[in-house]
Amino acid sequence: MRVAIIDYGSGNLRSATKAFERAAREAGIPAEIDLTDRAERVATADRIVLPGVGAYADCRRGLDAVPGMVEALRETVEKKARPFLGICVGMQLMSSRGLEKTVTEGLGWIEGDVVLMSPNDPTLKIPQIGWNTLDRKRAHPLFDGIPETLHAYFVHSYHLAAKKPEDVVATVDYGGPMTAFVARENKAGAQFHPEKSQTLGLSLITNFLRWNP
Amino acid sequence: MTLKARVIPCLDVKDGRVVKGVSFVNLVDAGDPVESAKAYDAAGADELCFLDITASSDNRDTIFDVVARTAEHCFMPLTVGGGVRTVADIRKLLLAGADKVSINSAAVANPDFVAEAADKFGNQCIVVSIDSKKVSQEGEEDRWEIFTHGGRKPTGIDAVAFAETMVERGAGELLLTSMDRDGQKGGYDIALTRTIADRVSVPVIASGGVGNLDHLVEGVRDGHATAVLAASIFHFGTYTVGEAKRYMADHGIAMRLD
Repeated sequence: MRVAIIDYGSGNLRSATKAFERAAREAGIPAEIDLTDRAERVATADRIVLPGVGAYADCRRGLDAVPGMVEALRETVEKKARPFLGICVGMQLMSSRGLEKTVTEGLGWIEGDVVLMSPNDPTLKIPQIGWNTLDRKRAHPLFDGIPETLHAYFVHSYHLAAKKPEDVVATVDYGGPMTAFVARENKAGAQFHPEKSQTLGLSLITNFLRWNP
Repeated sequence: MTLKARVIPCLDVKDGRVVKGVSFVNLVDAGDPVESAKAYDAAGADELCFLDITASSDNRDTIFDVVARTAEHCFMPLTVGGGVRTVADIRKLLLAGADKVSINSAAVANPDFVAEAADKFGNQCIVVSIDSKKVSQEGEEDRWEIFTHGGRKPTGIDAVAFAETMVERGAGELLLTSMDRDGQKGGYDIALTRTIADRVSVPVIASGGVGNLDHLVEGVRDGHATAVLAASIFHFGTYTVGEAKRYMADHGIAMRLD
């Protein structure tokens, strides 16, 4: 099995790569973790991971700048229905549109816009930086065996306001519920950083490597 | 549930080795940063901070190797600062495995650099590190001034106004170090921390002066910081990170105790 982590010039990919390698090794899953900026590697991968940090529009521009990458994503994720995991802005890109700085088209997999969080508690800071627990809205294979008490690491100012409640697997309380994890069919996305979330993160990555949607 | 307060051990790194000074002089060599990072990861640190204090430009590249080796072993957030002056410096640190970079002197010399960095990499990975000293006299209204060069050089810049400017320019977080408290073990400058934390919209990390666990509690409860940074109390084993977090939780602060 080959897992493609898409490198499109967005941020810290070393820790994501290392976390996937470690999860595979510890779980005894024979997986090649392939950090790649080539569309043809993504088109033929068995699983796809789309990371992303920074602004929505910049990430979309970065993805579009890699020749054939968006087409390769659509081929593997939409047509071949290979398991997909978006992380942070990679998750946000699954939306219809991002409203950060400007209006940007997303990949359109999860209906809804990415909007600035407006906590109902004025003392809460933006961005949310740090560890918070998840409120699970429904069961999902990526959370199998993960206790609800565990924390996930968040760094974000915006969140995906999903139109369909069934797409939201977990929320995070930050002056009201903010979207923390979305999923539809073979596509899943975490607003938090699994690769930085120690126990919860490594378990979730292991579940992703075993996921057969 | 709610966002938890963070405990951040900070490692001063010089030429690829850990040191911790008392008020930035009398540096003592005390270990391999990657080994320390692993130990803090296992102890439940919420984040880790490397401050590169390498003076010689010949050895500047040692920090990239330290960051890369740390990122291979530690699946926790990592902030790296010290000598960050260009967009290329930031890119190299992020590629090596840092999640956030902290900008210090370069932000004072050229506030536009912060805006450029935030535009390029996103506000969330730009921490502005503000070193200041209290300059008001007894009886006067509190006033703090920015100092650079390890606390030796006054700038005449008001720390509170500077903090607000940095947030406008795109800082996603502020790391506030009281240079007169640093290494003194008498506690954070709570008035400084609270004054800035209450004025800005972004998270504030309290730094400089921790001598015991009550100081960490005060940083969050009284200083309104969302994270507390400490070096020597952890590095020399006075307290473990686990002890610190349990103590803070026992004193009413929401902590991650997974």
